[in-house]
Amino acid sequence: MTAPTTAPPVSPPGERPPGIAHRLAERGIDRVLLLLVPGVVFVVVLFAYPVLYGLQLSFQPEEGGGPFANYERFFGDPYLRDTIWITLRLAVPAALFNVLASIPIAYRMRGAFRGKRVLTTILVVPITLGTVLTAQGLISYLGPAGWFNKILIGIGLTDEPVRLVNNYWGVLFSLIITGFPFAFLLTLSYLSGIDPTLEQAAATLGADRRRRFRHITFPLLAPGLAITFCLTFVLAFSVFPSAYLVGLPQGETRVISIVAYESAFRDTDYPLGSAIAMVMALVMLVVVGLVLVWRSTMYRGATGGKG
Amino acid sequence: MRLVGSPGAWLVWGAVAFFLVNLFGLVLAVVVNSFSVQWFGTWWPNGLTTDYYASAWQDLGLLDVLVVTGQVALAVVALSVLIGVPTAYALARRNFPGKRLVTVLFLLPILLPPMTYGIPLATVLYKFDLAGSVAGVIVANLVPSVPFVVLTMTPFIEQIDPRIEAAARMCGARTLSVFTRVLAPLLVPGILAASILVLVRTVGMFELTFLTAGPGSQTLVVSLYESMFSAGIRAQQAVDAVAVIYTGSMLVLLVIALRFVNPTQLVTRLKEPAP
Repeated sequence: MTAPTTAPPVSPPGERPPGIAHRLAERGIDRVLLLLVPGVVFVVVLFAYPVLYGLQLSFQPEEGGGPFANYERFFGDPYLRDTIWITLRLAVPAALFNVLASIPIAYRMRGAFRGKRVLTTILVVPITLGTVLTAQGLISYLGPAGWFNKILIGIGLTDEPVRLVNNYWGVLFSLIITGFPFAFLLTLSYLSGIDPTLEQAAATLGADRRRRFRHITFPLLAPGLAITFCLTFVLAFSVFPSAYLVGLPQGETRVISIVAYESAFRDTDYPLGSAIAMVMALVMLVVVGLVLVWRSTMYRGATGGKG
Repeated sequence: MRLVGSPGAWLVWGAVAFFLVNLFGLVLAVVVNSFSVQWFGTWWPNGLTTDYYASAWQDLGLLDVLVVTGQVALAVVALSVLIGVPTAYALARRNFPGKRLVTVLFLLPILLPPMTYGIPLATVLYKFDLAGSVAGVIVANLVPSVPFVVLTMTPFIEQIDPRIEAAARMCGARTLSVFTRVLAPLLVPGILAASILVLVRTVGMFELTFLTAGPGSQTLVVSLYESMFSAGIRAQQAVDAVAVIYTGSMLVLLVIALRFVNPTQLVTRLKEPAP
């Protein structure tokens, strides 16, 4: 049993084998990692722990019953259960619109032209408006006596004011105004990450504008669009203040955040509120998961650009 | 941009113009209403005044609200930089087992909407009697801000050549002076950009503040929401005045932010950690 092959890794004669600190350092573990400690402790204590606490709390219903009583109550009560569909009915069209509308605009804006920075800034400004100001603006601008309805009546498109706030449309508009800039920015940055010479090469080979987009740009852009859709969908699915302010919070736009908030903080039934928050996260994960599975079937190689 | 374009181009720019005109009208409606004596059903209010700013300032105690907003925003910026930058440094410079897990842990609070983790978080903060105070609001707002600093600073630190640090050590610098004389000056632009973005996000963060704030610890957005929600108690113009003050401060912050950060580049850099 003195075969030299089983000896510990090369330690030249006269030197001790490398210490544990040295061996760990070779795998990237050294004192620098201590810098991680505050950040990781912070996320674990203030993010992971509350989420797990909420998950655990959701299995301890206040009114007794089995561990799943809160979930049974949520899915058994149509008034609670239907909030999922109400929210999806708002979030999916809003996210789809935001992504689809940003494609042509970003496509026109990918090159360099005068005033590009100004236009980008103007398109990004709505992010700063925030949901609350947007709601206030929607009420005054799109309301029955607002300028929008006055113009519609003025040019004879309609005789009576169109009802655009305090219903489904108000919330949808608010989701578009706050979500579009975000989707646009993401799409623009994905699009500028695609090497323009690929399209030029296709043009040299005789592809017209439509076919260049269909066969070159779009397939390269699609994975980015999937991510953009996921992010805007998640934002829209958790819509909260605007559903109260420009929607019909007890009816058409009784979204899932409203019931989660009301159960937890108005009725102080924290377990039910946590259970609804978990359902909310689950629905989002399912939709995002579906989109990402679909995305994994797409081309994922280099796009050749700076991105 | 060519002046004579294809029908498609006209359609796209037309739609953009339509969106922007309506957006402008939306903001203008709020601004005009906040200055109007009375505006009901006409094209233009029958008189302009600044009285409602004064009354909003007094009735809502806006000075206190602004002080709280400033305190919260500055504390969140300072703490998230202090916690986030060292983490970003370690993530940028070392490859260690479990790095992916740590990255995902920092991605989740940004990807998940505040409403989902905000409710359990507020429950926990209420349990420890932290909610309802300025400290609770700061803690809640740190949850998305620290990961945001980590994720924006990591690529920034990656692009700083590690040989610069090695060279400083070769010349005999100790860790402290490597940090203060070499790293810190190189990090300043990145920290500045991240801080401004965190500032904008914190001032605009509604959900988390709303869930954790009590009387006396509301920020501007939340008190704007409260004044809108209890509309009817006070004049619509006063609510609009608060809205204008809020938008004005957000616009100033955004203009400052855009001087330091190019929005498209930021997203491109952020894109990388995504799977």
